Amino acid sequence: MAITRDEARHIARLAHLEFSDAEYERITRQLNSILEFMEQLNRLDTSAIEPTAHVESGAEAFRDDVVRPSISRDEALANAPESEHGLFKVPRVIG
Amino acid sequence: MTGSAPGGIAAIRALVASGEASAVEICRAHLDRARAIDTQVRAFRHLDGEQALAAAEGIDRDRRAGKPLGPLAGVPVAIKDVLCVRGTPATCGSRILENFVPEYDATCVARLRQAGAVILGKTNMDEFAMGSSTENSAYEVTRNPWDLERVPGGSSGGSAAAVAAGEASVALGSDTGGSVRQPASFCGVAGMKPTYGRVSRFGLIAFASSLDQVGPFGRTTDDVARVLQVIAGHDPLDSTCSTLPVPDYPEEMRRGAKGMVIGVPREYFPKGLDSEIAGSVRAALETAEGLGARVEEISLPHTEYAIPAYYIVATAEASSNLARYDGIRYGRRAANAGDLTSLYVRTRSDGFGAEVKRRIMLGTYVLSSGYYDAYYLKGLKVRTLIRRDFETAFRKVDAIVTPTSPTAAFRLGEKLDDPLAMYLSDIFTVTINLAGLPGISIPCGLTKDRLPIGLQIIGRRFEEETVLRLAGALESGLAFNDSRPPLPEPSGEVR
Repeated sequence: MAITRDEARHIARLAHLEFSDAEYERITRQLNSILEFMEQLNRLDTSAIEPTAHVESGAEAFRDDVVRPSISRDEALANAPESEHGLFKVPRVIG
Repeated sequence: MTGSAPGGIAAIRALVASGEASAVEICRAHLDRARAIDTQVRAFRHLDGEQALAAAEGIDRDRRAGKPLGPLAGVPVAIKDVLCVRGTPATCGSRILENFVPEYDATCVARLRQAGAVILGKTNMDEFAMGSSTENSAYEVTRNPWDLERVPGGSSGGSAAAVAAGEASVALGSDTGGSVRQPASFCGVAGMKPTYGRVSRFGLIAFASSLDQVGPFGRTTDDVARVLQVIAGHDPLDSTCSTLPVPDYPEEMRRGAKGMVIGVPREYFPKGLDSEIAGSVRAALETAEGLGARVEEISLPHTEYAIPAYYIVATAEASSNLARYDGIRYGRRAANAGDLTSLYVRTRSDGFGAEVKRRIMLGTYVLSSGYYDAYYLKGLKVRTLIRRDFETAFRKVDAIVTPTSPTAAFRLGEKLDDPLAMYLSDIFTVTINLAGLPGISIPCGLTKDRLPIGLQIIGRRFEEETVLRLAGALESGLAFNDSRPPLPEPSGEVR
């Protein structure tokens, strides 16, 4: 199941990445060699096997919904590349 | 206190508690060592002498005031740059986070502080913990203290090298597919990946959330046990962190190997495995038998499928975790990008390095419409088979012993242009992340080129104490800790 340069461009769009033509050439080749290596999984019949997305970690995921102190607005904005009026600033979205 | 490396936790804590040495003196000795040697080793990304000395002064003040001292009082610790330390930059080895200064401590860092540890600074790593050599750092290449022309392993190469070179007493790393154990093996120190859920991941910058776990490095198993004791246990800020009680690891560790049944999986000793590595691990197994353990050959039949399954699961999770780096809330933002989509694309394309982009692409592909079943779902099913291999084995044995890595430390640049060759260096470590098990690497010998060889011990879920017990027994039987890297000794007296 080799991927083409166009498919690589499609995946890059999904991932919000861009590459030069030379980089596309290289990354397509590398992805294909890795995917080819992954093909060996098809030797295994897994039709009756349940997937494991997460191992059991002995945790209790539920807790009481109690209000507790959190970081302040100033702290939350401290690392923002641009902020204004206590908000994250982004380029205009709606024209 | 004179001369060589100021030692492990027990020694340092005894000196500080008795007042024979102050925490400030011990801190200064490590800072001096780091300043003298780190121009060669490059273990640290960020050394914060001022903050470290202030913390050490606090410990000395507490002692003079007769206040109780924590279990790590005065112990100098290095922290991998993937963990948040309040007020200290956390780059994660990436340009995209070069200006990021966390507003809070990771839970494991907060617990180290509470226990009296002195945080020296942040250590170098492969970008977003993706790599096995620390060469993928966007900032600098860390060297192996045993041979400066070789890699320290990765991705926690800076933490492993800092401990091996005596720049820090102990360190924290993170392990997603071997990133604590493999560098521990390459640098001749002990390094542990706890059970998934044993240590809080709050404040750990995520790579693959179902595999990531924070783990300690130390020059001895005792040091690893003492750090684990402090960082393990429930944290309401991490919904995957276990509520199970934490045993007394340093105490359990001393119970010896007598009566233990050790499984040796034949798949981890393939034909063509480096004979020095195989020989050294086999010799350690004989030592274990001498200590009263029984050794049994076992089979983990799906081992050969672990690397492809791991790289599907890990890259899929990474592609989604790393979607947050968009130049809006933190980190670097591309200049003059135009509209919002261009801002995202430019920020990410300029900010991430080649290996990170490769893994995001791979992860996006295996999750994408039309390929999800063939790759991602297939990977999760094979993960089940690997988990079951271990469940079956652990019905018969108490611990499993393997080499940590198929080779000793390789040369700088040797695998940098061949991603697949680099991935294969994790072949003996990724399985336990997929299965969520605890594992440790301890040094078990040296090659004829005087490079450390690592031995991995794997245990049942939440049985770190069994892993530490065998590690502690083997360590005293093997006497590796007399071997030190060929670096200049620290000069003179502690002031």
